[in-house]
Amino acid sequence: MLVPYAGVALMIAVAIALAAVFLLGSIYLGPRAPNPVKSEPWECGTVSVGSVRRRFSVRFYLIALLFVVFDVEIVFLFPWAVLARELGWAGFSAMAVFVAVLGLGLAYVWKRGALEWE
Amino acid sequence: MQGIVDQVIDRFGIPVAWSQLLYFVGAGLAIILPFIYVLVFAGVYILLERRIGGRMQSRIGPNRVGPQGVIQWVADALKVLTKEDLVPRSADGPLFRIGPLLAVVGVMLGVAVVPFGGPWIGADLDVGLLYLLSVTSLVVCGILMSGWASNSKWALFGGLRSTAQIVSYEIPHATSLLAVVLLTGTMSVQGIIGSQGWLPWDWLAMHSPFALAAFVIYFISSLAEGSRVPFDLPEAESELVAGYNTEYSGWRFLLFFLTELANVWVMSAIAVVGFLGGGNVPTLGLVDGMPWYATATPAVIASLPLASVGFWVLVVFSFASIMFKCWVVAVVISQVRWTMPRFRVDQMMLLCWKYLVPLSFAAILVLMVLMRFLPLADSARLAASFDGRGLVALLVRLATTALCALAVAWYVGRVAFTIRNARDELFVKFAL
Repeated sequence: MLVPYAGVALMIAVAIALAAVFLLGSIYLGPRAPNPVKSEPWECGTVSVGSVRRRFSVRFYLIALLFVVFDVEIVFLFPWAVLARELGWAGFSAMAVFVAVLGLGLAYVWKRGALEWE
Repeated sequence: MQGIVDQVIDRFGIPVAWSQLLYFVGAGLAIILPFIYVLVFAGVYILLERRIGGRMQSRIGPNRVGPQGVIQWVADALKVLTKEDLVPRSADGPLFRIGPLLAVVGVMLGVAVVPFGGPWIGADLDVGLLYLLSVTSLVVCGILMSGWASNSKWALFGGLRSTAQIVSYEIPHATSLLAVVLLTGTMSVQGIIGSQGWLPWDWLAMHSPFALAAFVIYFISSLAEGSRVPFDLPEAESELVAGYNTEYSGWRFLLFFLTELANVWVMSAIAVVGFLGGGNVPTLGLVDGMPWYATATPAVIASLPLASVGFWVLVVFSFASIMFKCWVVAVVISQVRWTMPRFRVDQMMLLCWKYLVPLSFAAILVLMVLMRFLPLADSARLAASFDGRGLVALLVRLATTALCALAVAWYVGRVAFTIRNARDELFVKFAL
């Protein structure tokens, strides 16, 4: 029963092994000549101005919040979708209410302008 | 896969103590072959894409390394490996180093549930599609991590933008795959293939116009998920230098590249599996008790004895079928890349949240209602009780298929027109 998941675990191992092969390859093939200018972050050829660790647009947080709401809801929808046929009208109406509530939520965020990106 | 290993165990009378080992060997082979395939796919696909791009932009494209440039991708990979692996001094070392690895592991985990025709699949999980959606989210973690850890403004902006884009499009992406699960009643990839037929109107995208809409939404949103043109905002060279991978060089950069290309494979394979009939082929009379036109689903092929000719013929046939379809989708993705201009950030967000998300939910709701009345995606029931509803369902399927056929004919006509009117001297004989 767990055999398929052994495959998944193996896939992680193989992907990491690939990275290791690349690492070894670059150690043997690639040059190592660090210098202070090379290890500066790239900023159009000038010396970096100010810090990068600063505030960024709140929209990214909004998008992240919306994503969490919708994604969790989709995770709820998946098991229902598997059994949609067996559940009949009862399951249908329950999910219709669930999706409708979510649709209302989307309409609300839309109205409040959270989806605008300027 | 397990069934086949069982057959080997039976046939050679392998003791029980060894059988577990054999299962793991089987699972290992089932994983490693797709993995190698994806590495080669990434190389061949980028070459093909560059050649197509060359043709579409009236230039030649890479044709020097090997005949027609066929080993250009090996040369490129080796060249990247010979570059210095730089880590900026101010970067957050561990996160910077782990980022690309996480991205590539995420997409490779997705490859594990991509089937290769017949019973061959890395890991046929019961929760296949849900698993796919969750592991590909690792890519976002990798991108965000490397964008932030680079400690460079371009990388940070690129990483943030990319994350916003990928998580936004995850919603329509998942919802359109939900339509597949809804219609087939299973999340297992092989099960989804098994509930479709080999004829175009038995494909899931053709079940109704709403399933077709789900397919279109899937295609658009997976382009955005994979940051392909026209959604390659994370790498908008003119604005962001190179986005989240600005500070990367050498093999870590190669890992990002590999992630993107492996993602093309995963998305085209899932498009084929979920909507375009997977690797289904007619049984050709090779299965006892089934007419030649019956569908050889993965389960049917796996039930054949391993030593029979039918098994191997059908496996090869099915492999060829799924490969052909996937490469067609991949080439379309590549053509889109060379055709479309890039979206603006606000347009991209608008398209996702104001069009694709509501539309995909609407498609789900309509499919939910339709399924109550029509035997959609239920070929067995359709054939068993061919009543009025069955007839309506069949007519809907045929109409949708006709619509698609028209669209494909128009597309092929356009491509043929463009090729006919291209400059002759740029025509490459044996064009790749």
